[in-house]
Amino acid sequence: MSEDKEVLVKEGIDRGTVDAARALESDKYAEGFVTDIEMELAPKGLSEDTVRYISAKKEEPEWMLQWRLEAFERWLQMTEPTWAMIHYPKIDYQDAHYYAAPKGGAKYKTIDDVPKEILDTYAKLGIPLKEQEVLLGVEGAMETAAAARETPRVAVDAVFDSVSVATTFRAELARAGVIFMSISEAIREYPDLVKQYLGSVVPVTDNFFATLNSAVFSDGTFVYVPKGVRCPMELSTYFRMNAKGTGQFERTLIIVGEGGYVSYLEGCTAPMRDENQLHAAVVELVALADAEIKYSTVQNWWPGDAEGKGGVYNFVTKRGDCRGARSRISWTQVETGSAITWKYPSCILRGDDSSGEFYSIAVTNGRQQADTGTKMIHLGKNTRSRIISKGISAGKSNNTYRGLVSVHPRASKARNFTQCDSLLIGGECGAHTVPYVENRRSDAQLEHEATTTKLSDDQLFYARQRGLGEEEAVALLVNGFVRDVLQKLPMEFAVEAQKLLEVSLEGSVG
Amino acid sequence: MLELTDLHARVVPEDGPAREILKGISLSVPAGQVHAIMGPNGSGKSTLSYVLTGRDGYEVTQGSAEFEGGDLLALPPETRAAKGLFLSFQYPLEIAGVPVMTFVRAAMNAQRKARGEAEVSAPDFLKLSRIAAQRLRIDPEMLKRPLNVGFSGGEKKRLEIYQMLMLEPRFMILDETDSGLDIDALKVVAEGVNALRRPDRSMLVITHYQRLLDYIRPDRVHILSAGRIVKSGGPELAHELEKSGYDSVMGAP
Repeated sequence: MSEDKEVLVKEGIDRGTVDAARALESDKYAEGFVTDIEMELAPKGLSEDTVRYISAKKEEPEWMLQWRLEAFERWLQMTEPTWAMIHYPKIDYQDAHYYAAPKGGAKYKTIDDVPKEILDTYAKLGIPLKEQEVLLGVEGAMETAAAARETPRVAVDAVFDSVSVATTFRAELARAGVIFMSISEAIREYPDLVKQYLGSVVPVTDNFFATLNSAVFSDGTFVYVPKGVRCPMELSTYFRMNAKGTGQFERTLIIVGEGGYVSYLEGCTAPMRDENQLHAAVVELVALADAEIKYSTVQNWWPGDAEGKGGVYNFVTKRGDCRGARSRISWTQVETGSAITWKYPSCILRGDDSSGEFYSIAVTNGRQQADTGTKMIHLGKNTRSRIISKGISAGKSNNTYRGLVSVHPRASKARNFTQCDSLLIGGECGAHTVPYVENRRSDAQLEHEATTTKLSDDQLFYARQRGLGEEEAVALLVNGFVRDVLQKLPMEFAVEAQKLLEVSLEGSVG
Repeated sequence: MLELTDLHARVVPEDGPAREILKGISLSVPAGQVHAIMGPNGSGKSTLSYVLTGRDGYEVTQGSAEFEGGDLLALPPETRAAKGLFLSFQYPLEIAGVPVMTFVRAAMNAQRKARGEAEVSAPDFLKLSRIAAQRLRIDPEMLKRPLNVGFSGGEKKRLEIYQMLMLEPRFMILDETDSGLDIDALKVVAEGVNALRRPDRSMLVITHYQRLLDYIRPDRVHILSAGRIVKSGGPELAHELEKSGYDSVMGAP
């Protein structure tokens, strides 16, 4: 008996320690809370029935279901890629729910129908979903021109687990001719557009994770900017993974017609959970002649605790097609979260004189692993691309840049500039650079610069001697390291990104 | 203002055994005075500056260091800085991507915050910066570039003094500030340093050569050898050293 008691006490202590440790973790990851709301889940597992279940829940037309089923058939024959520099236990694809939606229906007619719990969730995350709130906020800030520039209005599509719960400013955008809605709605309301473009950049058969997404994608955002229209405000989607034991498979499709322009922001968070959550998204961008798309991401999925328990597995396929002449696509990403990141936002430079850009900040700490980079495929004449990647590794993490610059025979006078910088903090992390270059043109001009630096104790001491605290010194030095990429982000995202960097690197030295 | 009593310290490298460098230094620098520390290579001059400013890898094994009556050694580097301790580095570090002004403003505000003072306003900061840059004949454009990145040795030293003028420390340690400076630059830097001399400020000037001391006149000169102060005297000691060399002054054969 006495032995039993001892064990109990011990357990008690252990539990206390665990809770204390968890509390510390939650200080760092403020988005780690769980929203308590009744959910409707697909039965666990993945089969043809799962695909049918999702399609039926979304009241999809028959063609969409067939598209999904073909993808599923294909996926069954594929194997998971193993070439990335990431290590994780085998994923059991049968051990997850592929659909999770707040009970009471996935469709809310107006914002007032959205359950309070969900509205509160987004409010807690700092995402206003009520247009009045956004407008009020702006009116207050409009007093100076500078403030107006710094707080532009942003339209939001809020995706909660598998469903889009609210999309703001739709009416105002519609007046400008811009379609901004969840992809589930677009499939019902604009089937021709979706049919024409869905899978045209990332084919159903593209890769293991993209094919899985094609079969079971839940929700995501659809944007259509018609010819000659500059989208009057920033568009954004805010992804929130909440339900336990679910995967999120969002699908985003953005099409900008000739001479059009859109700037789109994507943000992501998830609660802290002990088990791993799978996230396999597909994003497709299409830019027609003279169109421009700016796509920015601040990814802050739960990275797991310091020992590497839990965290989101992020396997994402993002690709932009510069389909028309002189079109431009730029990807900017700030990656601070996820236990595993496998992601290569790419540009297909098909149109003559088109250009692609990739600006990336990837931070890994604790036991995080990131294998990320880009592909620039030069097909058209005079195509230009620019890659600036900043990898920051701390703790026991591993950070890999993997990139491809490919110049095809028709791409005369293609130009690329690549700069990959890695910063190491501490002595137990790793930084790796794996650049591939394939060139079929003698008149191509390709530049590659790469540096690896260690945040040195000397630099830290220098900054501290001037009066900066240790964390402050690290933040300042890291901000210096990523400065040229931060400057590419829209203002309000840059501020958020800067804060995120600080939080992600807390406790990385000393 | 600064009181060192029988200070012993060793360097603890990450790999390899610890070595004792300072072997009992006693030194008193009253407010308003400039003391020079001279000595051959390896005598412990830079170690002394690092021990005083709290760099990792140096361990005090015996003795004490007090600054304005309080123990200095227990404080982290940033707290010592906020109390007014400033080290002009022998080899200033490069800080990529952080413009000089951004760095100095962050440092200034961190110090002010630690002292419970309000942050410096942008106009006040710019005004201070303009005056400091003019005094040191620094091109204002240079202050917008990342700190020390791609700067010449002389420019880096000048920027150390710029930071010193901006942060207005109470106690300054100049570690071989003259190395890498031509005679014109040396004069400019010395003028900048002298502008900071005040009855409530003190200075420790570490140097190999008499040269710098022609421009920054010390009240006392100490000769450091093998971790001990072997001789102290007035400014004339530096001249003697310059004439006859360390061996003769230290009485070696």
